[in-house]
Amino acid sequence: MYAQMVKSEATNEDPAKLAAFQARIDAGEKIEPKEWMPEGYRKTLIRQIGQHAHSEIVGQLPEGNWITRAPTLERKAILLAKVQDEAGHGLYLYCAAETLGVSRDELTEALLSGKMKYSSIFNYPTLNWADIGAVGWLVDGAAIMNQVPLQRTSFGPYSRAMIRICKEESFHQRQGYDIMMKMAKGTPEQKAMAQDALNRFWYPSLMMFGPSDKDSVHSAQSMAWKIKINTNDELRQKFVDQTVPQAEYLGLTIPDPDLRWNEEKGGYDFSEPDWSEFFEVIKGNGPCNAERMEARQKAWDDGAWFREGLMAHARKRSAAKVAAE
Amino acid sequence: MSSEWPLWEIFIRGQHGLNHRHVGSLHAPDAEMAVKHARDVYTRRNEGVSIWVVPSAAITASSPSDKGPLFEPSNSKVYRHPTFFDIPEDVGKM
Amino acid sequence: MDTVVDLDTALFEGLCRMGDSTLVLGHRVSEWCGHAPVLEEDIALANMALDLIGQTQLWLGLAGEVEGKGRDADALAFRRDVWEFRNLLLVERPNGDFGQTLMRQFLFDAWHQPMLKALEGSNDARIAEIAAKAGREVAYHLERSADLVIRLGDGTEESHKRMQTALDNLWPYTGEMLTSDETDRALAEAGIMAAPDSIRPAWESLVGEVLGEATLTAPEGAYMHKGGNQGTHSEHLGHMLATMQWLQRAYPDATW
Repeated sequence: MYAQMVKSEATNEDPAKLAAFQARIDAGEKIEPKEWMPEGYRKTLIRQIGQHAHSEIVGQLPEGNWITRAPTLERKAILLAKVQDEAGHGLYLYCAAETLGVSRDELTEALLSGKMKYSSIFNYPTLNWADIGAVGWLVDGAAIMNQVPLQRTSFGPYSRAMIRICKEESFHQRQGYDIMMKMAKGTPEQKAMAQDALNRFWYPSLMMFGPSDKDSVHSAQSMAWKIKINTNDELRQKFVDQTVPQAEYLGLTIPDPDLRWNEEKGGYDFSEPDWSEFFEVIKGNGPCNAERMEARQKAWDDGAWFREGLMAHARKRSAAKVAAE
Repeated sequence: MSSEWPLWEIFIRGQHGLNHRHVGSLHAPDAEMAVKHARDVYTRRNEGVSIWVVPSAAITASSPSDKGPLFEPSNSKVYRHPTFFDIPEDVGKM
Repeated sequence: MDTVVDLDTALFEGLCRMGDSTLVLGHRVSEWCGHAPVLEEDIALANMALDLIGQTQLWLGLAGEVEGKGRDADALAFRRDVWEFRNLLLVERPNGDFGQTLMRQFLFDAWHQPMLKALEGSNDARIAEIAAKAGREVAYHLERSADLVIRLGDGTEESHKRMQTALDNLWPYTGEMLTSDETDRALAEAGIMAAPDSIRPAWESLVGEVLGEATLTAPEGAYMHKGGNQGTHSEHLGHMLATMQWLQRAYPDATW
């Protein structure tokens, strides 16, 4: 997902305190920033929320790649508004992480140094206009699968950020599908673009949920803490079951010859993505990792004088105000 | 000196004259810019008519461990709630 | 004055001047999306670009209607070539560093706001209505860009230097928006649109005040470029259009 393979941190604390904490979570209580929490809970959350925030920010880039080439004024406005929302979502999430005692600048530096990761999906390129449709339809569709349950996560600020994000995200997937409908029912070239986009984004979208974690201890701990709500496999299955009929409606073919309905389990059987590719992308060897990091690094470096200039002016003003009093 | 902009808590009053409500936070170099940022970040969907900004550092919060002593005593004062009193239906709406 | 100018043609021209400037500037500002110095600013810039694109739809939509040849705002935006564009040279200047982007925005906003105010008094209700709507948006653009120019001009030594450089680079493109030609005069005389030279006093006083507070100095006696509003552009516009119009040009039969 936007937060893939987040390792939960081990915790060595007073068992009585831990049990009381777990009891609160089991009772559906929200944990708030200043309250006692296991160190492992705090660290895991910083990692997960931070990774989620980074994904939103880096996620601006593949779609931003088409803002200047959007084919109509309305499409341009819609896409711009959507990519702007992603910046907003990144902002909400950074703020949620900051309540845990880490600053946004620290998180940014951890991203730029490679210490923190972002979702593998944003290392894939957007090559034709239908990719913008596919990103909205598939990538946002996959993200929503994870984000809707996360509204119930145990950490108050994270839960509140997710509620706001889900509310705003509701148009994102629909605008993606709307583009796909236009393309799939358009000229032969447009239909070819739509199929090409689906071919390239299908498996990377399945990878978004991360490798199977049904036997993972990390995952079990995160689920007990309610900072992870479903297993990766559950969400992936749900995504496939939801998406297949949508592709059929578009008249597009999902690039998986082994995809078929399984009456017994009431869901589709489908091929696993190439997990070795996934691990390479996570390691930095995806098609666009270098460009994505370069763009974020450049924005950060080039913006330093701007951030400092405004801070310096604010200090002058406040000094002048104090002097006048 | 760090050039990281301080954090602000943002409160917005919605369209219907309700209280300002906490909507989230953001970074800004000073209060005036925090108001502008709040307008751009938190009212993109026409959510507000008035904005308050408060430096996060200026907020004093009740201590979580006081939760019991601070809030539990009011639990027993059920007579503060209108449903505590039985008024005969014949009296009409009250 | 002798009325060699046909008013309908002039009106189409005048509306393209407004709509092309908002289009080109909106496009330029949107280039920042995902690349701005700080998240809050990224979001603010996108709001501004969205306002400008929305205004473009209104101005060019009306231009197409006035022209009466079945062209809508998209046809005008995506199917005209460089020489048919009527935007100010100022707005097609490349983004440069963030200082140049903000300075360009301020110099334009300081013109745009009084221009829209004047257009609110147009005797063409359609124009007055667009101007009133756009005016509310642009009042905020101006408040923001003026404030940032002041803060960065009077910030650190480096931010001051960058803002002064931006001002020096952009200043020669400010004369054009304050000079009227025959088309402008014909429209102004008919009470339909406002002549750019009538905006000059408001622009000069606002710009003077803000630059003063920003501790920045406008170059004196600079040469002023012109021609954008008559279709003579810099090389930059062609590249922008090549990007912006590519899909529409490559797949002319498609709908999007």
